[in-house]
Amino acid sequence: MSPFTPRELSTILQTHQTDILADWLVRQSEAGAPQQSGELRQVSAQFLRLVTDALKDGAGDSVHAPAWTDVRELLEDLSRSRAREGHTPAQTATFVFSLKRPLFDRLQREVNGDRLSGAVWLTTQVLDALGLYTVEVHQKGREEVIARQQTELLELSTPVVQLWDGVLALPLIGTLDSNRTQVVMENLLNRIVETGSRTAIIDITGVPTVDTLVAQHLLKTVAAARLMGADCIISGIRPQIAQTIVHLGVELGTVITKATLADAFKVALGRHHLVVAPSGAA
Amino acid sequence: MSSTETLPIRSADDVVLVRQAVRTWAVRLGFRLVDQTKLVTAASELARNTWQHGGGGQARIEWVTNGARQGLRLTFTDEGPGIPDVERALQDGYSTGGGLGYGLGGSRRLANEFEIASRAGEGTRVTITRWR
Amino acid sequence: MDRIPILKVGEYLLVTVQVDMHDQLALTLQDDLTREIVRTHARGVLIDISSLDLVDSFIGRMLANIAAMSRVLDAETVVVGMRPAVAITLVELGMSLDGVRTALNVDSGMQLLRHARDAASGDGVQH
Repeated sequence: MSPFTPRELSTILQTHQTDILADWLVRQSEAGAPQQSGELRQVSAQFLRLVTDALKDGAGDSVHAPAWTDVRELLEDLSRSRAREGHTPAQTATFVFSLKRPLFDRLQREVNGDRLSGAVWLTTQVLDALGLYTVEVHQKGREEVIARQQTELLELSTPVVQLWDGVLALPLIGTLDSNRTQVVMENLLNRIVETGSRTAIIDITGVPTVDTLVAQHLLKTVAAARLMGADCIISGIRPQIAQTIVHLGVELGTVITKATLADAFKVALGRHHLVVAPSGAA
Repeated sequence: MSSTETLPIRSADDVVLVRQAVRTWAVRLGFRLVDQTKLVTAASELARNTWQHGGGGQARIEWVTNGARQGLRLTFTDEGPGIPDVERALQDGYSTGGGLGYGLGGSRRLANEFEIASRAGEGTRVTITRWR
Repeated sequence: MDRIPILKVGEYLLVTVQVDMHDQLALTLQDDLTREIVRTHARGVLIDISSLDLVDSFIGRMLANIAAMSRVLDAETVVVGMRPAVAITLVELGMSLDGVRTALNVDSGMQLLRHARDAASGDGVQH
């Protein structure tokens, strides 16, 4: 007895699409489906079509495989729009789960006794995975909002300041971790391009400790800025950090370092052939 | 969308095509710009190696997953002369073919995972993976 | 065969790289530039790579070669407009592009060329 295959399920779906769709729509409205019936019919029909194709192409693959991309995208859109309308993840998942009964009914009629349980099992696996996926997407959507807010917070808490034409300053505050440093440094490089500033002062007065990874990111940023045509000055290196840098054997090479941001600013002014002089008014 | 694509590397134009294909895949998978650039640059280095030192071969681009992580795996193979001393070849500046040998060492730094199999007279296979 | 156009701007040559160059195109550019520097007595070369979303070791070497060759021909080279993602990748790749001067954009690149020329001329003429 040969096992029931995804391809067979695909064929059954294709052959009986109209009936399955009709039955499914009834189930959905019974379960309290939120959408207008025209829209719902369209989305449901589309879903069935995409699942039919995915079963044909990606026989046996997990629903996270490329063959299922279109199905996943549809569920993502659905999840997002329902979330926006204020519905719960469970309600979107019902979209998928309410397809079980119509499908099982159809399978009972098309698949003979011995193989029926295999067919039901396969169908259950697929629909469960897809239903769970919609819940995951809801969750991920929420997490993405939080992550985006975190990045924005990061950029806000480490703003790049324009001290003068062509001179930027990046005062870093707090502990730096590898990830945060990378984001912040990329932001600095982008600002350098946007403002056309050829000097950037990275001030780490407010940073208590620096580990090798962070030190390396800093140096790579300085090197990248140089390649782009800008120079960085690192200021505010406390005694402890200086010790760490030496202890870790990190090579500062030709990077200019200054004790304070003010000193660094003086150097920057000099580079831009600028001088601060008393105005004579008193 | 299938999960792999194989491209021939038989000419300088093919190297460009490989670059563009890798870029397309990286964009499709949602890699950040810097990570895209690193991956495409590594692909360029390795594709050129395959063409110039390996006498031509192919590149395979593969969408891979590791649990919830998604990534791209690039495999470059050739039936060329092979690399007798892989360790030395991985050091920057070393090259038997004239020109500085940044290809291998650099590519390794640009990737999250790097594997190389090569023996003199038996061709070369380099595989790099970058996770999103 | 297509080539990258070289523009003459005063005493300088301006090259804008906008395509994904295959190796032959890069080599042709090197040759063309060398020839043009001599033909026009150019004092400087500005290479605008702001359209490039990728610079690998081959292109990097091309830039270094152009800088070296033009210096021999008494002209300075400045590369402008490198994108941050490209710069970060080059650093990771290990290429430092020593000997290649860089500037953020065409304007500052031109300024750099002018200063370099003034410094090189050393005859005390003020501009």
